[in-house]
Amino acid sequence: MSREDRGWRSRQVRLRLFRWEAQFAPYAYVAPFFIIFAAFGLFPLVYTAYISLHDYRLGSEMTWVGIGNYEWLFSNPKFYNALWKTFTLGALSTIPQLLIALGLAHLLNYRLRGRNFFRVSMLMPYATSVAASTLVFSQVFGRDNGFLNWLLSLINIDAVDWRNGNWLAQLAISVIVTWRWTGYNALIYLAGMQSIPMELYESAAMDGANRWTQFIHITLPGLRPTILFTVVVSTIGATQLFGEPLLFDFGNPRGGAVSQYQTIGLFMYEQGWFFFQLGKAAAVAWVMFVLILALVLINVSLTRWRTRESR
Amino acid sequence: MTQVALASVAAPTPRPGHRRRQRLQGAGWVTYALLALTAVLFLLPFYYMIVVGSRTMAEINQTPPPLTPGGNLWHNIQAALEQQNIGRAILNSVFVSGTVTLCTVLFCTLGGFAFAKLRFTGRNALFGLAIGTMMIPPSLGVVPLYKIMADLGLAGSLWSVILPSMITAFGVFFMRQYLYQALPDELLEAARVDGATTTRTFWSIVLPIARPGMAVLGMLTFMAAWNDFFWPIIALNSSNPTVQVALYNLGGGYVPDQSIILAGTLVGTLPVIVVFLLLGRQIVGGIISGAVKG
Repeated sequence: MSREDRGWRSRQVRLRLFRWEAQFAPYAYVAPFFIIFAAFGLFPLVYTAYISLHDYRLGSEMTWVGIGNYEWLFSNPKFYNALWKTFTLGALSTIPQLLIALGLAHLLNYRLRGRNFFRVSMLMPYATSVAASTLVFSQVFGRDNGFLNWLLSLINIDAVDWRNGNWLAQLAISVIVTWRWTGYNALIYLAGMQSIPMELYESAAMDGANRWTQFIHITLPGLRPTILFTVVVSTIGATQLFGEPLLFDFGNPRGGAVSQYQTIGLFMYEQGWFFFQLGKAAAVAWVMFVLILALVLINVSLTRWRTRESR
Repeated sequence: MTQVALASVAAPTPRPGHRRRQRLQGAGWVTYALLALTAVLFLLPFYYMIVVGSRTMAEINQTPPPLTPGGNLWHNIQAALEQQNIGRAILNSVFVSGTVTLCTVLFCTLGGFAFAKLRFTGRNALFGLAIGTMMIPPSLGVVPLYKIMADLGLAGSLWSVILPSMITAFGVFFMRQYLYQALPDELLEAARVDGATTTRTFWSIVLPIARPGMAVLGMLTFMAAWNDFFWPIIALNSSNPTVQVALYNLGGGYVPDQSIILAGTLVGTLPVIVVFLLLGRQIVGGIISGAVKG
């Protein structure tokens, strides 16, 4: 074999390696995501379904019970209570939150002095953990020495027992959630508002539309995808409400003396890690998953339907 | 939840931004008044944390309650450090959040680059799958995750918290959107003509260009990891906690002394607050830019 021949051959090999690398590199790059998701996301989800068909106590073997856990679940008033509380707490903490965020975004969209100060201060609660914010608000909502009750006493309102009321406790928890997330959603809306072309407002102004009409007829329709997005995310977030009601009751997962704010997440945690009934906890998790799937599907089809309407 | 929440309207094609700031209408005093009021409401709990954390229990129980900080902060912090191992918790949290952030940023940049600029069979299907996983809250799999970690011998170990959060769908999506815009196709073609392999191109061309996006993703990831609550309180115990686990034990232990609880809360929150005061503008910018690209 001549020297030239050998050179040609090694060039061929290198070229083939080069092509091979280009072909397989993309799969290698996306592999970490899918491997980790498969191991710690998808597999546990499927495994949850399997465990939910067993009696499984912490530290002992699994024994098959079929749909026993689900029978127990669907005949359990505590489960329906938790579903209902998840719904009411979710509504109380997302609807006002998103409306306030919309208003705030509108205000932030003016030309402002101290723009960054306002934006950063609005995001500070978002940087604070669930645990920290709930511990502070626990003090604010205290019955005997709470800050809020003192404020109320200044206008002659008697001490309110926030923690032991039904709607009052739910209101207090919603305030914590709203405090943490409003500024974040306001920034998302602000971003959406800034991508609406200015010309639309200018021509509307020329047609004599005032600022309120502009808000209704230009800003809101322009924000529709953003609004739907925040609604989907907040809805899913609301089904996951956990840390606030847990710490509002000093770390007790019963969710208040009569479970007046026990969410579905707390109910699952209580079954699994207080009563050590992991099989039952898995059944709750699986019902929660189906619930979320349904919510997402409803939201997505709603989006499709709305966008078709607007065409 | 935070990770999911950060995703934006998922439309893949970016639109050119509109230069419009100078034409925005100026704000009147009502706007300023309303914004100032909200800012006060948003910041007041932090101030109150300091007020209560620096008083004694007797002072807090007075009527009217104290409205200014007192002189007991150091004593309360020491008491909190004694009750729950908050010093250890902070070191643990730094380790966990740091590792999670490094892994997430690297893996998400790799994945985001592949989805943004490389052509391969099944790309769109895989990307759709990745986005779809954002809808699944991680808390649903905790029962088997708990068992898996025990089987792996990782029960109570910090790695049981690190492993599942080493990568996020949001991060992949975020880096894809970023690189789609920031990385010119011509540059990649030129590198290829010069004989650079994909891996070589990634290290010497993609990474330098991706750096600003990686910084924003890093800050958001660090914050989310630092504040992660649900899985850590299940996976870890009080002898080897992260900050959130320590705060949970502090607040859940029926400690009657609120001043100690809030002094501990202050210490555990301080690192994030400091990061936020230093980099708040960039974080805000990151969230806004992450959201518009749709």
